[in-house]
Amino acid sequence: MTEHVSPEKLTAKDFASDQEVRWCPGCGDYAILKCLQRTLPELGTRPENTVFVSGIGCSSRFPYYMATYGFHTIHGRAPSVATGLKLANPDLDIWVVTGDGDGLSIGGNHMLHTLRRNVDLNILLFNNEIYGLTKGQYSPTSHLGTRSPSSPFGSIERPVSPCSFALGSGARFVARTIDTDQKHMPTVFKRAKEHKGASFVEIFQNCIVFNDAVFGEFTNREAAADLQLHAVHGEPLLFGKEREKGLTLNRDKLALEVITVGQGGKTIDDVLVHDETNPILAQMLVNMAPPDFPVVLGVLFCQPAESFETSVTKQIAAIIKKKPGASLDRLMRQGRTWEVKA
Amino acid sequence: MNEMSPKGAQKHLDFEKLESVVIRFAGDSGDGMQLTGSQFTSSTALAGSDLATFPDFPAEIRAPVGTTFGVSAFQINFGSTRILTAGDDPDVLVAMNPAALMVSLGYLREGGLVVVDTGAFSKRNLQKAGYEDNPLEDDTLAKFQVIELDISSMTLEAVKEFGLSKKDALRSKNMWTLGLMLWMFGRERKPIIEWLKSKFAKKPEIANANIAALNAGHAFGETSEMSSGIKRYQIGPAKTEPGLYRTVTGSETMAWGLVAGAKLADLKLVFGSYPITPASPILHLLSNLKEFGVITFQAEDEIAAICSAIGASFGGALGVTSSSGPGIALKTEAIGLAITTELPLVIINSQRGGPSTGLPTKTEQSDLYQAVYGRNGEAPLPVLSTCSPGDCFFVAIEAVRLAVKYMTPVMLLTDGYIANAAEPWKLPEIDKIKPFPASFAKEKTGDGDFNPFQRDPATLARIWAKPGTPGLEHRIGGLEKSFETGHISYDDDNHQKMTEVRAAKIQGIENDIPEQKVALGNGKGELAVVGWGSTFGPIDQAVSRMRAKGFDVSHIHIRYLNPFPKNLEKLLKGYKKVMVPEMNMGQLSTLLKDRFLLEVIPLNKVSGQPFKIRDIMSAIQKNLKGRSS
Ligand code: SF4
Repeated sequence: MTEHVSPEKLTAKDFASDQEVRWCPGCGDYAILKCLQRTLPELGTRPENTVFVSGIGCSSRFPYYMATYGFHTIHGRAPSVATGLKLANPDLDIWVVTGDGDGLSIGGNHMLHTLRRNVDLNILLFNNEIYGLTKGQYSPTSHLGTRSPSSPFGSIERPVSPCSFALGSGARFVARTIDTDQKHMPTVFKRAKEHKGASFVEIFQNCIVFNDAVFGEFTNREAAADLQLHAVHGEPLLFGKEREKGLTLNRDKLALEVITVGQGGKTIDDVLVHDETNPILAQMLVNMAPPDFPVVLGVLFCQPAESFETSVTKQIAAIIKKKPGASLDRLMRQGRTWEVKA
Repeated sequence: MNEMSPKGAQKHLDFEKLESVVIRFAGDSGDGMQLTGSQFTSSTALAGSDLATFPDFPAEIRAPVGTTFGVSAFQINFGSTRILTAGDDPDVLVAMNPAALMVSLGYLREGGLVVVDTGAFSKRNLQKAGYEDNPLEDDTLAKFQVIELDISSMTLEAVKEFGLSKKDALRSKNMWTLGLMLWMFGRERKPIIEWLKSKFAKKPEIANANIAALNAGHAFGETSEMSSGIKRYQIGPAKTEPGLYRTVTGSETMAWGLVAGAKLADLKLVFGSYPITPASPILHLLSNLKEFGVITFQAEDEIAAICSAIGASFGGALGVTSSSGPGIALKTEAIGLAITTELPLVIINSQRGGPSTGLPTKTEQSDLYQAVYGRNGEAPLPVLSTCSPGDCFFVAIEAVRLAVKYMTPVMLLTDGYIANAAEPWKLPEIDKIKPFPASFAKEKTGDGDFNPFQRDPATLARIWAKPGTPGLEHRIGGLEKSFETGHISYDDDNHQKMTEVRAAKIQGIENDIPEQKVALGNGKGELAVVGWGSTFGPIDQAVSRMRAKGFDVSHIHIRYLNPFPKNLEKLLKGYKKVMVPEMNMGQLSTLLKDRFLLEVIPLNKVSGQPFKIRDIMSAIQKNLKGRSS
């Protein structure tokens, strides 16, 4: 089907499987699916070279809806399956689709190690701060006090911040976007795909059934300008309706502060310029939260290094070069052998 | 066979001729007993003796010095006859300290020889070992021949010129002892000297000190023969098939077998593993074979290890994972995924004592239930076992063949004893093994989406399509699939059908494996002794000795535990009685009862030590009362 079509001619349809999509009507997953199906052909992706690997949860149904290769694995283990797949065939373009429960609870360990190893995978973590598929229990990203079937009096666990976790794990690409932002999402996917190494993308995804509008405070249209900050490498960190507000570093407190340009003697020069190669800045940015701060979106950290499978392949190639023509027969006959004569 | 009794021995010059000898080297964990044993093994193998070894060491890496729980031992049985076990009772015990004597003396046969280092029998060491009085001074050793030598001080003397600290100098004690034992049993020092030179190439002073100690021990034997009452023994070469031999451990042959299997299947080997005793040596060995293109992945845990192997198999490589019981437990959910997605995978279990952490360094065969039954849902898979270090090579290849041909995970059961023990092995000719190249789907046939669950009507194996192939894009997963299309299906009849197909596929393997043979004895009769795994040696020797005494007993060794060979039921029902010795509480017994409604007599042992030949002989005797012809 796809084999004789040149990349330019592929469309979203070439990436959509014939399977009926079974998420709840109004689920944020639809928007992400549509966006990827639309974006992948624009990036020159070939379906036969693309694999979607997922774990368990609502988001993990994703591979079934893509007309690419796909593997719906077991709970939390998608990064490990994807690592083995990448080692077997480093030419594949592999996307891992996971959620807050799948990726940070049961699969937290694999996420940590996959990021630190820097396996060339595009990891999309759909964060809806709830367990959807099992009917609404609080998750490791749920904010304190979340009422759910398993926390009827409010959750009493402090949540983990996915991007902060990724940075702490040594991820070399960390980005954030919102399911409903069809303009922003593709730019993040593009950067994630281009990045060689593990790309970690947190997507704020609305679970309309069990946790509706949990991100509403900063995702609704009216609040967006004042509570979303789109970070762009090399540009000042500005936000607000007139882009009048900016972030500055309070050097005494070693903390970020919001200032208004033109007020209190502050000028544009006081506003921090985004440097996506600075991990300390990234860590400060991801921890900002309303109401005092905006939520930061975009590519927050990007500092490429050799990817894991590249190092593995290189090391093997170097050893093969040093010891060419390996023979098991010869290996087994090395060392202390003796002959028994007839 | 293992008796050093003067009756069977012939005096020949200064040599006493023996058929076989069992030596147990025992010392502190830090005394280098495993090294001493394995070097003695090499030299013995080079002299053409048949042999079997049993490294018996504590779980602690360095237990407190001088304590009984820190004792590390290495037993070797070698001789001019066929040797299949490390020997029931040592003839010679080398005890490097009081704790080693305390722990090991009970194993020694009456009249056996004890060699002790008196230099280590200090008051403090005696106390630590739990001796109130010095056993060298009371009648503790009355039933044995004893050679008391101050090995410590003789070693210090031998290495004086190298200017080592006392602590470092004493480290060569084991080489001094080894030198003496090499002299006693007429073995060569040369291979060990070469080995020391290459091992300590960067530290020549250590190499030289060790060589000096080795030579001094040897010279001591030669010069002090008369006065010390030390004798020399001669063990001739064993009659073995002609060919080129070497000594191997089960871990080595397993690693080589996997490399060979992947090559025969024409697949890239991706080995995902997590360190665990006693399985880690396979990871180490494969990590060192990168020139064969082997990819090893030390995962963050057991689950990631198997999942990476599954991912590799999905990608068209051969995924292999290896662990021991507790690790296999962690992998269980992923094994189910490989079963339902029908991907090839080899899972190696180097069994150890359980449950839970159990006895990490001791051997047991108690994961058979886990292998055959231990998963959620209806989840059958083939289970194979290995019986000796050399056997691992061939079973690893067979596991790869079945995994690839039937698109299924295969469980391969070995154990800590096989993994660590050494035996002489006739090197196989790999060219003579028939290749079994994997085949991949090339292009789509039919309309609609590509169906990855199209089956070969003969094997019922599904088609294998590699990501990267245009037109074959497909999705697989843990949810039930439609028999017709391969898409997700929640249909009840379909689930029934898929469950039956998966079971039939595995059962059908019985048509592709050799029929069950009788290892020793007749195809029917009074008693069959049925075993699997590493009990092969003691069972075979016990049956052989009982047959020599006229008992109607046969040995059947099962390699294929699921499915069983097609003729097994009929074969077993041809014996009046079936006895199953196992290092567990009766797991093969259960399996035989389950499959064949067969009445079996279990013989169970879970002491962490292999069966003794005489345990099995007396059980045979008991079950054949008065039937000796
Ligand atoms: S439960 Fe929530 S996350 Fe899951 S499909 Fe429904 S709306 Fe989406």
